[in-house]
Amino acid sequence: MRADRPYLTLLLWLILSLFTLFPIYWLFVISVKPAVQLFTTPSVFLDTVYWNNYAEVFQDETLRGYMMNSVIISTGNAVLVTVLAFFACYALSRYDLAGKENIFFWTITNRMAPAAVFLLPLFLLFTKVLKIGDWSLYDTRIGMILLYCTFNLPFAIWTLRPTIDGIPRELDEAATVDGASTWQVIRQVVWPLAAPGLAVTLILTWVFAWNEFLLAATLTSFNARTITTGLSEYVTTTGTEWGKMASISIITLIPALVIFAVVQRHIVAGLTFGAVKE
Amino acid sequence: MRSNRMGWLMLAPTLAILGIFGILPFIYVLYVAFHRWNPFGASPDMVFNGAANFRRLVFDQEFLLSVGLTFQFAVFAVLSEVILGYLLAQLLMRDFPGKAVFRTVHTLPLIVAPIVVGSVWRLMTTPSIGIIPHLLDSWFGYDLNIGRDATTAFILTIVMDVWHWTPLVTLTLLAALLALPKEPFEQAQIDGANRWQIFRHITLPMIRPAILATVFIRMMDALRTVDEVWMLTGGGPGASTRYLGLHIWKLVFPKTDYGYGSAISVIVLYLTLVMCWLLYIALIAPRAKRSAG
Repeated sequence: MRADRPYLTLLLWLILSLFTLFPIYWLFVISVKPAVQLFTTPSVFLDTVYWNNYAEVFQDETLRGYMMNSVIISTGNAVLVTVLAFFACYALSRYDLAGKENIFFWTITNRMAPAAVFLLPLFLLFTKVLKIGDWSLYDTRIGMILLYCTFNLPFAIWTLRPTIDGIPRELDEAATVDGASTWQVIRQVVWPLAAPGLAVTLILTWVFAWNEFLLAATLTSFNARTITTGLSEYVTTTGTEWGKMASISIITLIPALVIFAVVQRHIVAGLTFGAVKE
Repeated sequence: MRSNRMGWLMLAPTLAILGIFGILPFIYVLYVAFHRWNPFGASPDMVFNGAANFRRLVFDQEFLLSVGLTFQFAVFAVLSEVILGYLLAQLLMRDFPGKAVFRTVHTLPLIVAPIVVGSVWRLMTTPSIGIIPHLLDSWFGYDLNIGRDATTAFILTIVMDVWHWTPLVTLTLLAALLALPKEPFEQAQIDGANRWQIFRHITLPMIRPAILATVFIRMMDALRTVDEVWMLTGGGPGASTRYLGLHIWKLVFPKTDYGYGSAISVIVLYLTLVMCWLLYIALIAPRAKRSAG
């Protein structure tokens, strides 16, 4: 291969990072300014740091609850979606099901719908239809975990399908000839080989669930309210408390960043979208 | 031969969940689309009015304008993201110090929630208090005002979308590039091919499926963008960034015109579906069949 000119590349990345990081830096700047200072002439660098926003956020028990909800809902949804999508893709890839290509395409149509109008039927579904006695899906974590499947499952199925298709059928067949059951083939051959793809699906669906706003804003009130939705409370009800909103945003980056950093190396090996592999 | 019943069994939970949370609401929306219904209006009852909502939207200038704007937004944004994402992925293929750090830094925008992205960009660009208009003014004497200038606001929504979603494209394309076999590239270099020829005849055909799948998902998401643009411009100035998602939002919430809002949603869904189906048939399906067979 040609010479990579490492220091030129490094310089290029440093410049690019300025663009990538600036809005995040600015989010931080907003989070450490008292409200009055936000509306003065801006300067790029900070002269004083004001930590009160963070202190208030950390003391707020409601927000801690929202954060917990977010972690549970995102993780629950990402795991559920990844497992369901794995089996769906295995079925689509290995079985000769009638109309399977149409089913495959249909799944993605669930991601296309403009959300606003669907909020009302979903609200009715959650409060009136899916209820047993006093218990309904409205404002429950399990409700949100299931609901987020509508946009995450299609994404996961479309991301995983090429990975599963890319695992040679000969491997399944060889294992079957050796007397392995379908379950054993899946457990010991296909699942491990698909692991990088599964990791990527897990992380990206986690991010989509973590960041979701409209659905959570409509279908939760307190018990299952997520932190992303909690953020919006600072925009509407009490005027706009930019500082507090920004400090919460900065804090919410941390769990996401931890998960992202851990799975980064899998992403590189995993997201192949059907690239031809020998 | 294994029985297909097993296959259907594996597919069943997915179909059940998407059926309950995807199809049921859709049927409801389809039903409402054929009615005149404004639950908080003068006549709150649902009245069947045939295809009147659909007839209305064909002549609705605001809606047609919004369709045009949304497609322009989606095309410009996704095109920029794919080109930029590909170049960045190529840059990440090189060896240089601190590569892992830059890879992580570059994925940071993905984990910022869309409403927060919109808020930060708004605070950065609001005239007189935002840092960007301030710097542009003091360095170049350029007056950036997204509250007044429609084109600026439109471009800014694209820049924001590119900032937020290019990392997704970079990641998917990087993975595709890493999965490529090395031999064809070495052979091409021996044969004296230049960079453009290598890209055009080797890299591009090989990562085509990855590019298409990425375009597909990004396009779909760009067409239904709401949160970010809502926070940044609120659809303004005027209606210059009032994309379909926001347009429907404004019909349904402040005006509570559910009947018409539903009709528009059905049509938007239909347009997106047709576009994606054509793209799928033309570009993805035949290749998938070939590589499977």
